[in-house]
Amino acid sequence: MRASLLPYWRLLRAGIREQSTYRLAALGGLVANATFGFLKVAVLFATVRAAGGDLNGYDLGAMSAYIWLSQGLLGSVNLHGRSDFAERIKDGSVAVDFLRPLDVQAASIVQEVGRSLWSLVPRGIPSVLIGGLVVGMTMPTSPGPYLLGAVSLLIGITIGAAVVYLVATAGFWMVETRGLQILYMVVSGFLAGLFVPIALFPGWLLVLAQATPFPSMMMYPIDILSGRVTGAAALGLTAAQLGWLAALGLAGHLLTRAGRHKLEVQGG
Amino acid sequence: MSPIIETRELTRDFHVRDGLRRKRIRAVDEMSFSVDAGAAVGYIGANGAGKSTTIKMLTGILVPTSGEVRTCDLRPVQDRRRLAREVGVVFGQRSQLWWDLPVRESFTILASIHALSSADERARTDELVDRLEMSEYLGTPVRQLSLGQRMRAEVAAALLHSPRLVILDEPTIGLDVLSKQRLREFLVQERQTHGTTLLLTTHDMGDIERLCDRVLVVDHGHLAYDGTLDGLSRTVGAQRVLVVDLAEQTPDLLGIPDTAHLGSESRGLRQRLAFDAERTTAARVLGAVSEQAEVLDLSIEEPDIEDVVRRVYAASR
Amino acid sequence: MADLAPYRAVLASRIRSQRSYRANFRIDLISSFMVGLVELAEVWVLFHNVHSLGGFTFAQILLVFGLADVAFSLADLAFGHCDNLPTYIRAGKLDVFYLRPQPLLLQLITSDISLRRLARVLVGVVCVVAGLAVNDIAWSASTVLLLVVSLVSGFAIFSAMFVWAAGAQFFLINGAEMTNAFVYGGRYAATQPAAVWNRPLKVVFGFFFPMAFTGYLPTLEILGLPGPEWLPAWLAWCTPLAAVWAWAMAMLFWRIGVRHYQGGGG
Repeated sequence: MRASLLPYWRLLRAGIREQSTYRLAALGGLVANATFGFLKVAVLFATVRAAGGDLNGYDLGAMSAYIWLSQGLLGSVNLHGRSDFAERIKDGSVAVDFLRPLDVQAASIVQEVGRSLWSLVPRGIPSVLIGGLVVGMTMPTSPGPYLLGAVSLLIGITIGAAVVYLVATAGFWMVETRGLQILYMVVSGFLAGLFVPIALFPGWLLVLAQATPFPSMMMYPIDILSGRVTGAAALGLTAAQLGWLAALGLAGHLLTRAGRHKLEVQGG
Repeated sequence: MSPIIETRELTRDFHVRDGLRRKRIRAVDEMSFSVDAGAAVGYIGANGAGKSTTIKMLTGILVPTSGEVRTCDLRPVQDRRRLAREVGVVFGQRSQLWWDLPVRESFTILASIHALSSADERARTDELVDRLEMSEYLGTPVRQLSLGQRMRAEVAAALLHSPRLVILDEPTIGLDVLSKQRLREFLVQERQTHGTTLLLTTHDMGDIERLCDRVLVVDHGHLAYDGTLDGLSRTVGAQRVLVVDLAEQTPDLLGIPDTAHLGSESRGLRQRLAFDAERTTAARVLGAVSEQAEVLDLSIEEPDIEDVVRRVYAASR
Repeated sequence: MADLAPYRAVLASRIRSQRSYRANFRIDLISSFMVGLVELAEVWVLFHNVHSLGGFTFAQILLVFGLADVAFSLADLAFGHCDNLPTYIRAGKLDVFYLRPQPLLLQLITSDISLRRLARVLVGVVCVVAGLAVNDIAWSASTVLLLVVSLVSGFAIFSAMFVWAAGAQFFLINGAEMTNAFVYGGRYAATQPAAVWNRPLKVVFGFFFPMAFTGYLPTLEILGLPGPEWLPAWLAWCTPLAAVWAWAMAMLFWRIGVRHYQGGGG
């Protein structure tokens, strides 16, 4: 590995290790995932049944796969908008970050991704297992969707960290970013397809959702993993994800520069 | 005079997880002592020796594992709310003020929390503002205060309801020399005018020297020393050091009364003189130095309390 | 009656300080309003796909959503900051509460109030009004009485949930998501047509955490609908009992939590 990438690799592992110490938190998260999951099963299954067993291509098995995959990703895709970086801007420790010979944006995102990846172990995978064993679900039988799905999931998690990083940079100019964070929490969850798959949205809302990076964070990886979208269409979704990631990375880079400039000129 | 604090075989255990096993740690171990009303007691010991735990039991935050404790003739846990009217506590590390409000407003809220009449509130606030020199920043939000200003506001907040007993946990931590000095002077005055009892923990020997007439040293939950400061000084031979920066290179200042020359730097531009606070004062030493050389700057190194504590521990074992 | 002046003094100052950051307060109000709106949208999207769900049309579920959401957002306004207890414990702020001559729980509850959540109450109120207007309701004195009783009891039930969660936090430092599952999961459940629940969910969110009492059962009774297995409409009149039960549990957890904190958790 190139020496210049080594620090980021270490940061990723630090994120994973850090998260792995919060065992009670992970158990709490799993309880939350499962409880919300069963409530979603109740209401979404009733909706599929009310639609005569097929709701825009979702039968009970496919709906169950959507529900438990989305619950499993809840701890990994940042849909709450809080981040260490936001805290570090608020308490001023970001000045120290700028002194390090690392890209602040990349370092912050990599660490968040590390935490997210770990959350798959105690929260993500068990949630899917609970759903599979207690409720049952339809999952693909060939390896293709899982491989591409894993890639798509990794990109999705990274997009989440990149958007939350953008939200945090607002702290360079605003005293209090909590309102913005709550706004992000509400909008991102809904448009990422956390409560209802976006395929069930009315046309105009679907277009609106697709014009944001939020479905790339959760809905697209789920569509690919569950085998709902396959082949060229699945590659298309992954390409869209990569496009969003590049755009968000660039935006974050520019805002970081502007924020750093503001700190240097006005001293925070 | 009846004691304002009385503990008998006061004991407190904690359970901590050590890997998979649960381990019992005794933070305070059968401690018995009493403090008379009006006294000023320093409570010192290494980190983790049991100081905070004791304070929490005295104020009703923690329940003792065994033994008895009475504060202001009340049972701290059962009578917590009555006790709160008699005791004021200053935690150096945590704030009782409202972070985003002006200082004045915190005082108003606390006055209403302690049900002060508006006349009492005004009189007491005026007194504290005057004596702690807070008038210029009364309208400033707490978060914008310097540490020294905030600490004075914290002390005022804890004393607003004129408690009989004031407990100070590390009140001077992080303060500059001048702020420490002001705070100590205030506490001495407060004690003189109101007969307030003081109990303070500190890492600063200067706090003990200027404020306390009795010292308790705690070691692993046991009392290792209980007596006067004189006795403690004699036990450990605590000395303070005056460091002077001089205008010109000067030969070693050997003849200053009641001092020992510790060393010179930069060919005599900076010199260090140890003196015993029992026998002379920093001012007198400085006066004698000024007669021999022009002093540009000075600082005083207090005896390291960790060192004092270590010596007490060594002597008591 | 205890002297309320200290609590009033704290709350008044909290309100002043929130309104003093005007720009932030405006963004807070907007995001709070969006929270309510998006939660309504989650329900609406389902009804966009099917005509009726769990025996309810969208017009009917509007009333369930409105009643539950008004009760929840008012409770959130007054009690929501009880969620901060773990932060208070870590920062030593709880110890400061111990040094004041008021009961701990009352100090915690009155230590803050989140005015921004008023915007969310607005969404709920609009839903209740719309729900009452568009549905065919046989109005009588008892309908009005039931509405008032349900809103007051619903507020009490959700408030109790926050206190219950705070009590549990004494044991669960870092495990807040466990209680969130039932506090916020409970809110989610309360806005659903409970007929779609299976039996375990009815036990958990129908009775143990009496969420069905905040919106679903009163709506059944007001609209004159029979109600599903285990949740007959007449239970709507037992909503105050559900509130008493919720508070009994909340106080029990709070007591145990405080004892744990004083006894050694710290």
